[in-house]
Amino acid sequence: MSRYNRHIVLSEIGKKGQDKLTKAKVLVIGAGGLSCPVLQYLTAAGVGTIGIVDFDVVEESNLQRQVLFGTSSLGINKAIAAKERLMDLNNTITINAYSKKLTHKNALELFKNFDIIVDGTDNFATRYLINDASLITNKPLVYGAIYKFEGQVAVFNYKNGPSYRCLFPNPPKEGTIPNCSEIGVLGVLPGIIGSMQANEVIKIILGLGDILSGKMLCYNALTTQTTTLLITKSKTEINKALSKKESFQKTTEELNCAFSPPDSYREEISIEDAIKKKNIQFIDVREFDELPKLEALNPIYIPLSEFENNLDKIDPEKEKMIFCQTGIRSKSAASILQKHNINNSYCIKEGALEILDYITQMHKKY
Amino acid sequence: MQLTIKYFGLLAEFTKCNEEQIEFSGMIINDLLEIIYLKYPKLKETDFQLAQNQVIVSNETEISGTEIALLPPFAGG
Repeated sequence: MSRYNRHIVLSEIGKKGQDKLTKAKVLVIGAGGLSCPVLQYLTAAGVGTIGIVDFDVVEESNLQRQVLFGTSSLGINKAIAAKERLMDLNNTITINAYSKKLTHKNALELFKNFDIIVDGTDNFATRYLINDASLITNKPLVYGAIYKFEGQVAVFNYKNGPSYRCLFPNPPKEGTIPNCSEIGVLGVLPGIIGSMQANEVIKIILGLGDILSGKMLCYNALTTQTTTLLITKSKTEINKALSKKESFQKTTEELNCAFSPPDSYREEISIEDAIKKKNIQFIDVREFDELPKLEALNPIYIPLSEFENNLDKIDPEKEKMIFCQTGIRSKSAASILQKHNINNSYCIKEGALEILDYITQMHKKY
Repeated sequence: MQLTIKYFGLLAEFTKCNEEQIEFSGMIINDLLEIIYLKYPKLKETDFQLAQNQVIVSNETEISGTEIALLPPFAGG
């Protein structure tokens, strides 16, 4: 077929390589800025089966960077509009448009039908969902993300390599990282980053070159600088994600919202049980002026606002009992410890007042 | 010793530079963070990961390299 001639004449690809492309099945999630070039190049290269997931419709403000769409696509679902354009580019392949939202409920079934997953989404909740579902179904994940003039590319879960959670264990705090619709993005940037993702997908299919696994490439469009950072595999993070396998489909999207405290953190303990333990350290994460003080517990004082910078004050050998005024800040502190792989920490269910009541009663008893 | 600190994404907006030199005499990454937080309190509220000489490290890692990068997660697509 003359369509693929320029690939076939490359000795590194040839007819054999082209057959591999024809047999490959790639799922692209999101049909926005990053996914447009991914879809375009995979379709042009003759990747045999391509899935596109997007629930959103094409808006005029998308056209500045989402190059698969034109004014005739406005108001049409993105997965369907993309499929229409791509079928014109290459009608010899199979394209499945899924005009729905990717959820915990449908992700695993969907992923099973593909060899490679591409993340072209625009929010943390879906990115963590994709990472965990790729891990559980054992599929390589080609990741791309952008911010204004900068982009990140990486391949995760490739031949048991590191996952996204090995780099960023939990989603960032609410509202700390804005997205493209809030702050804008250079139109050509997703074109560059998405093309790099397409390149990684094709290399994985063909078994060519060095895969960007265990590394994150950072690109700055203003300085044209690239930096590649090495990521170490964290078995703890991977096992934590894999352990959610059984409950995965039952996870509701609200619970897994990017901005709620990580739901993996549920190590709670009552003050009654906490006191019974040996070799413990109480940590008061309230601000210094908050009362009542609980001297009887001999706690160390690290306010939540300064918690992350004072982890060295915490004895790693002891079991850590974290408390605050109501039991909310202690959970945030506990997830910080978890993020830094500091284990054996518990949140005390009760707030400071209830704890004081309990201690006072204990003293009366004895 | 002189360290080159690199800032990515949102962090570079807070620091108003992509990279800078910092004189440092501490031991571990956390010591360096204390200096950086003093200089740029806004970074305290932002999530990021650190790399030493292009290798992602934890906050307890001893500083032995010359280049430290601060990398936030990006959501955009």
